Amino acid sequence: MILSGRNILFRLILTDKLLISILRVGAMLAALVVLLILIFLVYESWPALSSLSITRFINDVSWHPLENTYNLMPMLSGTVLTSSGALLLAIPLSLASALFIVFYAPLHLATAYKRLIELLSGIPSVVFGFWGLTTLVPLINQWNPPGASLLAGILVLTMMILPTVTLTAYTALAAVPDELLRNAAALGLSRWGVTNGVALPAAKTGIAAGIILAAARALGETMAVLMVAGNVVQYPETLFDPVRTLAANIALETAYAMGDHRAVLFVSGLLLMLLIMVLSGLVELLEQQRHA
Amino acid sequence: MSENLRFLLAKLLFCVIAMGCASQLQAQSKSASQRLVLTGSSTLAPLVGEIARRFESLHPGVRIDVQTGGSSRGIHDVRKGIVAIGMVSRALKPDEADLHAFVVAQDGVSIIVHADNPVRALSREQIADIYSGRITRWNTVGGTNTRITVVNKAEGRSTLELFLDYLQLRNSEIKPHVIIGDNAQGIKTVLGNPQAIGYVSIGAAEFEARRGARVRLLSLDGVEASVENVRQGIFPLSRPLNFVTSGEPHGLARQFIEFASSPQVHDLVRAQYFVPANTD
Amino acid sequence: MHKTTNIPMRQILRDRAVQFLIYVSVIMVSVVFIWILIDLARGGVAHLSWEFLMESPRDAGRAGGIASILVSTLLILLVAMLTAAPIAWTTAILLVEFVAIDSAFGKTVRFSLHVLAGVPSIVFGLFGNAFFSIYLGLGFSILSGGLTLACMLLPILASTAEAGLRAVPYAYRLSASALGLTRTATLIHLILPAAAPVLAAGLLLGIGRALAETAALLFTSGYADRMPDSLLDSGRALALHIFDLSMNVPGGDAPAYASTLVLVSLLLCINVLAMKFAHGLHRRKIMT
Repeated sequence: MILSGRNILFRLILTDKLLISILRVGAMLAALVVLLILIFLVYESWPALSSLSITRFINDVSWHPLENTYNLMPMLSGTVLTSSGALLLAIPLSLASALFIVFYAPLHLATAYKRLIELLSGIPSVVFGFWGLTTLVPLINQWNPPGASLLAGILVLTMMILPTVTLTAYTALAAVPDELLRNAAALGLSRWGVTNGVALPAAKTGIAAGIILAAARALGETMAVLMVAGNVVQYPETLFDPVRTLAANIALETAYAMGDHRAVLFVSGLLLMLLIMVLSGLVELLEQQRHA
Repeated sequence: MSENLRFLLAKLLFCVIAMGCASQLQAQSKSASQRLVLTGSSTLAPLVGEIARRFESLHPGVRIDVQTGGSSRGIHDVRKGIVAIGMVSRALKPDEADLHAFVVAQDGVSIIVHADNPVRALSREQIADIYSGRITRWNTVGGTNTRITVVNKAEGRSTLELFLDYLQLRNSEIKPHVIIGDNAQGIKTVLGNPQAIGYVSIGAAEFEARRGARVRLLSLDGVEASVENVRQGIFPLSRPLNFVTSGEPHGLARQFIEFASSPQVHDLVRAQYFVPANTD
Repeated sequence: MHKTTNIPMRQILRDRAVQFLIYVSVIMVSVVFIWILIDLARGGVAHLSWEFLMESPRDAGRAGGIASILVSTLLILLVAMLTAAPIAWTTAILLVEFVAIDSAFGKTVRFSLHVLAGVPSIVFGLFGNAFFSIYLGLGFSILSGGLTLACMLLPILASTAEAGLRAVPYAYRLSASALGLTRTATLIHLILPAAAPVLAAGLLLGIGRALAETAALLFTSGYADRMPDSLLDSGRALALHIFDLSMNVPGGDAPAYASTLVLVSLLLCINVLAMKFAHGLHRRKIMT
């Protein structure tokens, strides 16, 4: 048995068996965390789940917890609308950016643009929300008051998910084997023909996975939307109406909520988590397809 | 042999370090018994923060933590024994008669608009109509021909409750365009939007206005919204700012409550544009 | 004799149109992002100074600096890293070295990590509040916030560690066992040092993620902007400070911009460092 020498503080006699048991403990802790989260979420939502029927979350008159009405649907629609709007805007822009970097740009421009996108992927959501609050909302206000609106939420979310989708699309496109592209070119396809006919289909699953991950991120995004979307619980009738998302609601009301109200907030947290788990599951399936 | 000995020594060293850490943590949590936590109204929080700082400088080794959560949370936490003192920015309700209240200051709730807005006064009916969506443009009440942006407070804040009570409205009847949380956020929203109307604590509004924020406090029922009028008791939307305890307070809590209602902190109270207690 | 192919006009037009659209999109995206960066710089540069980094906030953050905030942030980060790294790395080591790809245990652990990666940060905040602050009685404290962040960082650290460990050439392990080394010794002396740059890169990525986090800390580490005395004290993280200044403090825009500049520069440095480390991985992959 070779023991560690001068480079550690004290001698450890670790047999392989001991090591494996230590490692297992670590891994089990990791798996335990998820279980713990689910357990606590259910535990805290239990008062609401047991005393209020599920239909109340759908059919109550409005969301006014102090008047004992708990309709979650307007906020769910706020969440879905902001995220879908952001995806609608971000997907074409990201694809264009990724195609630009891989196929359409001269090398220096491509690297510069890629660096810009990488820099932006690290910027925290509060910063985007802050910029939205100080610049975007007053701008929209001049166009159509009040400014803090669904549109502002969509724009800010778009800015947040654009870098990630671009980077995953870029990776997927860059992974397309060169031969495929060269063969296509040899066959006389135009640049767009190569891109649309060969590269994009080949990178399809990777791009789709990136989009779904971005969707999951958009659904769960709290701070930026909280800061710019107005936070009024209602079904928006126009892009300029304020909305409140489930995540923003949790952030706004948790500190002030007690009893049933608090339990319902945990229910909305569970709802959000389930929604995103479904999406992550989709990504899993897609990745398995790709490797198979 | 020597390996085993070294291994043993290593284990001993580890245990000593661990015990040291544990005792440190314990010592720190012991010193936490010199700690006081208050939760409750976010209107009171800035003032209580300042009072706490002064108290801490007079009593070294004491730490006072001020957390928000709304007046209802203050009541709830005090009842459950989670904190010793709750901060409540309204008078106690009849079903809260089991708790003790100590008035720290007086405050009012004022309607605010942007300083550029020509409107200077609104009647109770006009405010109720604006908030319930019956009046939608400023020119109906003497302003420019722009759409009114109604700013309401999120649920759980006692400022909201007082406001609804004054207007005889329920929260579900209000048609807001923006919902905000704390007073300062309300002021900031109105600052950023010349067509906005909102309501916040007079203390908070005066505080910001004196610092150059371009907001105007509107008169209510003909009475100007000023600290002086609150002090004279003639402002319609006045409210006491209370410390609340469950049962008689003792020890550190009692010291702090006495300190907070004493003349020693009147300058702090006035600096936040509230009316000090017991100064009629 | 061959004819040069006649590319139909339609195709040329389509090609040009696509190229045009792509360039327009890229320009739009660049303009918006550069606009944001310029706005941030313009708004915050004036407020930055050495005192800004050294003093504690006064007047709700409008005056003074962010020293206590930086200390709180650092402490929260430390707690998070010290808790998450061991668990994540042992998990990764187990999954790569000791467990078969399709064992039940491996699948469960991987699945849990995947689920964890998808949980939104506000739900982590709810969980942290219910479990660490209330159930374990830690209240609003740095410890609470740090532990909640640790839960969030587990998937990132574990997946980067796994990638790094898998990238170590299999030949290392084969030669080691041919020489009679125990798996433990192989791990400690060969594999971990070889994977160290990627592990470090993963750590830095995790730090970057943690620095950007706000929602999870809202109800776990609290809002107190004083210099914390112990891990059980409430402390405000930098991202939270920016949030508070921009939403709740009238006149707080300038210090908010300045704090944002500090945060973004920190993140930039971390990203650059992380990329340097990760490139070590690429180079090694090419050479072996």
